[in-house]
Amino acid sequence: MTTFVWLLPFFPAAGAAINGLFGIRWFSRGVTAAIACVSMLVSLALAIAGGVNAARAPIAREVFLGEWIPPIPAVTLKGAAAFHASWVLLIDPLAAVMALVVTGIGFLIHLYSTAYMRSEPRGSYARFFCYLNLFCAFMLLLVLGGNFIVMFVGWEGVGLCSYLLIGFWYHKGSAANAGRKAFIVNRIGDWGFLVGIMAAFFAFGTLDFQAVAAQAGRWPIERAQFGGLSIICLLLFVGAAGKSAQIPLYVWLPDAMEGPTPVSALIHAATMVTAGVYIVARNAVLFSHAPLVLAIIAIVGALTALMAASIAIVQTDIKRVLAYSTISQLGLMFLAAGVGAVSAAVFHLVTHAFFKALLFLGSGAVIHAMAGEQDLRRMGGLKRYLPVTFVTMVVGALAIAGIPPLAGFFSKDEILLQTFGRNRALWVLASITSLLTAFYMFRLIAFTFYGTDEPSSPHPPHEAPGTMTVPLMILAIGTIVVGFMGIPRTLGGANAIEHFLAPSIAETRAVAFLKVAGQPDPPGTQEMIAQAREELERDRAAHRAAFPVSEATEGRAWALMLLSTLLGATGMAAAWRFYVNHPEVPRRAAERWSGVHALLLNKYYVDDLYDATIVRGTFGAARELWRVDLRLIDGFVNAWGVTTRVLAWMSHMIDKVGVDGAVNAAGWSAGEGSFLVRRGQTGLVQNYALVIILGLFGFLTVYLLAR
Amino acid sequence: MMAHLLTLILFTPLAGAGLLLCVPRAQEQAIRWTAAIVATLGFLLSLPLWFRYDFTATGWQFAERAEWIPSIGAWYYLGVDGYSALLILLTTLIGAIAVLCSWAGITERVKEYYVSLLILQTGLLGAFMAVDFLLFFLFWEVMLVPMYFLIGIWGGGRRLYSAIKFFLYTLVGSVVMLLGILALYFHGHSVTGAYTFDVTELQQLTIPFALQKWIFLALFFGFAIKVPMFPFHTWLPDAHTDAPTAGSVILAAIMLKMGTYGFVRFSLPILPDASRYFVPLVAALAIVGIVYGALVALAQTDWKRLVAYSSVSHMGMVMLGMFALTPVGLTGGLLQQINHGISTGALFLIVGIVYERRHTREIAEYGGLSKAMPVFAAVFLIMTLSSIGLPALNGFIGELLILQGVYIVHPIWAGVGAVGIVLGAAYMLWLFQRTMFGTLDRPENASMADLGAREIVTFAPLIALAVWIGIYPAPFIRRLEGTVTRVTARVNPAAQPAVAGVPAAAGPALNDTGAGTGFNPTLVTCDSAPAAGPKPSATPSAPPDFVTIASCADSPSKPAPKPAPKAPPKKPGGR
Repeated sequence: MTTFVWLLPFFPAAGAAINGLFGIRWFSRGVTAAIACVSMLVSLALAIAGGVNAARAPIAREVFLGEWIPPIPAVTLKGAAAFHASWVLLIDPLAAVMALVVTGIGFLIHLYSTAYMRSEPRGSYARFFCYLNLFCAFMLLLVLGGNFIVMFVGWEGVGLCSYLLIGFWYHKGSAANAGRKAFIVNRIGDWGFLVGIMAAFFAFGTLDFQAVAAQAGRWPIERAQFGGLSIICLLLFVGAAGKSAQIPLYVWLPDAMEGPTPVSALIHAATMVTAGVYIVARNAVLFSHAPLVLAIIAIVGALTALMAASIAIVQTDIKRVLAYSTISQLGLMFLAAGVGAVSAAVFHLVTHAFFKALLFLGSGAVIHAMAGEQDLRRMGGLKRYLPVTFVTMVVGALAIAGIPPLAGFFSKDEILLQTFGRNRALWVLASITSLLTAFYMFRLIAFTFYGTDEPSSPHPPHEAPGTMTVPLMILAIGTIVVGFMGIPRTLGGANAIEHFLAPSIAETRAVAFLKVAGQPDPPGTQEMIAQAREELERDRAAHRAAFPVSEATEGRAWALMLLSTLLGATGMAAAWRFYVNHPEVPRRAAERWSGVHALLLNKYYVDDLYDATIVRGTFGAARELWRVDLRLIDGFVNAWGVTTRVLAWMSHMIDKVGVDGAVNAAGWSAGEGSFLVRRGQTGLVQNYALVIILGLFGFLTVYLLAR
Repeated sequence: MMAHLLTLILFTPLAGAGLLLCVPRAQEQAIRWTAAIVATLGFLLSLPLWFRYDFTATGWQFAERAEWIPSIGAWYYLGVDGYSALLILLTTLIGAIAVLCSWAGITERVKEYYVSLLILQTGLLGAFMAVDFLLFFLFWEVMLVPMYFLIGIWGGGRRLYSAIKFFLYTLVGSVVMLLGILALYFHGHSVTGAYTFDVTELQQLTIPFALQKWIFLALFFGFAIKVPMFPFHTWLPDAHTDAPTAGSVILAAIMLKMGTYGFVRFSLPILPDASRYFVPLVAALAIVGIVYGALVALAQTDWKRLVAYSSVSHMGMVMLGMFALTPVGLTGGLLQQINHGISTGALFLIVGIVYERRHTREIAEYGGLSKAMPVFAAVFLIMTLSSIGLPALNGFIGELLILQGVYIVHPIWAGVGAVGIVLGAAYMLWLFQRTMFGTLDRPENASMADLGAREIVTFAPLIALAVWIGIYPAPFIRRLEGTVTRVTARVNPAAQPAVAGVPAAAGPALNDTGAGTGFNPTLVTCDSAPAAGPKPSATPSAPPDFVTIASCADSPSKPAPKPAPKAPPKKPGGR
């Protein structure tokens, strides 16, 4: 039953391979689009099957696909262990939900892109779908990976696809830069993530999610000290902050809007950027044992949410407003995870995927209609030209503003309620964020669809073709209904999603766990499942006792719900007043508080700060070090060379003057000496005869005298 | 034939060089084809090293032994283990690729060129095969000469300067190394009364710690220059940059491994105490090398020099992993040598391709090449990703194992070393962007031809290997197992638990042996595994059980550690 899980990433991967190898050169646009969409549709069907399966039993199933890194002995804190990794997939409720989001929204966005990217040249069109399919494959691997390492393959793979798709129009310098920035900022996060994985292996002697959860469950909760688990969790969160664009690593996401709009919708709103939230949820047991890190996560999330929302209210690029909105909403998800409401975080992840994908695709339809124009100030009055886009986008905007009964209301309300129970200050931050969210979103709607200004485009804007509007409509319906799976008890609902997810992310270790590879469920599975359910409930109760939360009373839940709705409505009304009725008010406000306005407009100067410090620092250090390399280190080597040559020259001179001089002197003296002797060598017999006679006399004289 | 396989592999290139001498100088095409056939034959001949590798053997495989200089106890003694077998296979493969990639680029003194290339090949192979330290040294020196000519004659830029620098720098190192070898040799005689250069026997010597230190330093000097480790690396950017493409490829892919090979084969097992003693020094140099090499690479404006500096960074990573002295780190270090050979070799091929077409290596001269050369861009992208360690490609496996192995002994080192991965992405992607992305605004770039069939053939095996090692590195890691076990057993036995914690019986079957555990009947954890868990054994071929593994290894002796004791809170952070 579960063995088909590997087919989920396989189909998009196959689609990518076919389109990449053959499509770019040979396929027509229709064939390319068909391959890409069908592969996603098959995956979607499989994901639905998997979801149904997961709903039937709260168990986690591991599917062993093959060996990867064979065991290598290692000594860890657990004693003798072995480092190893297999290709293992894990299907449980959490993975099923994520897979459904990825394949469902992925398919709709594929469908939308077939029309949106039509003006691309044929090869480029195939390249786009190759990347998009590949992204879905990696994203599915990410959410289905059964251990940290398989998950990391997906994690880096989606980063790669994001890089390629942001820089899809690579001839544009800004797009290429944005892609690189995204990848490198993510890599900084990955640094933490990778070191966190290593720390986890060192602590637990395994990298299997299930085994890690089981081990972590037995560690004491690090309430007071920042111990081993806290360090692991903090490092993992660094990775999550990179991928999910949280402070301080959020700067890449607004730039990522250089990519085509469907990419922004799929990767930079619905799926990839939520991977950080997913990883916290996946390791909920681990994180729940590090409350200090959870506190950090909650604070970072709340601050990110507020900061990004405040920037969004002054942005004028339609996609950048949505980008900051995404950062803000991701911040809310981390806030939820940080206060221990992991299922609320995942719930918001799901609803956000729907309405943010909808808003992005809607903005794509707007940009499409405006022939590429993205500046809100040059839009206006599009309501009557783009009726479908208008209606669907308003649905999305109402959802994100938290107006009941749309999806965003339920998930955001759950987060606010849970936060209220934990920490009032964070709740205030989150509530202000809600207000700002409603404000900037209806500011966007007002700018785009209202206003008396005729659009500046020479041709009257036109509604997008059916392949683009149908996904919009489906997503709008989703945005309306998907929240119903999380209706809180206060409203008579069952909070179904929390129950569904409980086996995966309950703060317990009681997760029924089966390994399946090709076999049918063995006898006794049903009993095990039943028993696991019991264990689950018991552990949840124990956990509640261990973490006393001021339980939300009915009255408080109602009050908070009302308040959050009111905040949303206030934000909407303010936006309406400022941007539809009195357009001069914002201008005056900007003039009055010009400092604040400039601060927001320049995104708190964080990009400039990073540029001035980290980026310049790195490049400066690089250049300086190169100089050091050339002058000092290589200089030392060359100095040896020069020294040797000087010594050689000196030897040469000594050799020439001294040694060879002595030799030459000997030769010379011989020559000179011989010169004297040579005088005697006259060649005349008479002279020789004379010498002989003189010699003879000499000898005789000596002889005689000596006697 | 099998009995003399190593000799056959070793001398095939040399014989080919002899054959080439008989081909008339003017027949350039015939010379090329002869060289290509010889090199391919060399590769095919080395394949039995893969297929006939004996996983159970503990000694040298394919060993051959003959008298060489009996009076001093030097033998013609060849043999391989898993590690050197992989390096030999890489050498013969890169050798064939080197011949192919020179096809169009080398048009002068073709005959001499290929003769040098083939002699070089024999030198490289000999060094990896030699079990006799003196024989190793002989080949170590032999390979310098043809490489010197390759750079000096067929190079570019300041080729004479670079060639002489390369030659002399390495020579200085090897002279000091020779002193170390001789010290070992004479010490061996004073202990055992026999003169020998046999590595197997040298490994069994007990050497006083003081002497070990000196010998280690002497060998270190020779090997570290070759690796090259910071700060002995400056010959490398010059030599790489000015060498012809094939020269750079061989330098990067094979010759640098000579240094790391020396450490693994000689320094670590022969001088275990000194090796442990010098770990902080070597690790510090390695870490500085990782970060320094990466930063300097970031500042480069010359494509080839950038790749050269990236080698400094990557080889620092290899050294760091090896000197973690843990099985995981060592495995990673050895595997990463292969990986570096594949990806950096390919990156030099890539520079060679554009250089052949445009005759410049200045990055600023390029831009927007993706449009003119899409296939080339795809190849370059894959190799870039392999080089920056993207998972599911080869570099990731090596880096992961290295850093994990280091983390176990020193978390901070691993943390700093991992910075190299961030910087690696920075310089490689920036290079990719500057050359491949942007507008194609130079007409001379617009007319650049995409990869031809011959060029695709040169890249195909490297890409295949990168993907293979990334997705299924097990055959490679298994081949390294013997070497790793032997070396760690000698240098750091404490790092190698006697029981690997690998249950033999495992596999797909449902593993629900945990009846009666406290909280969960179906969860297989440490509490439950030992009860019914299979006996741990080191059988590597059994698919590992991914639940009981590791987490349960300590259970037989201790009860499951419910509240973790004092140690856990501190260790992961490295305090």
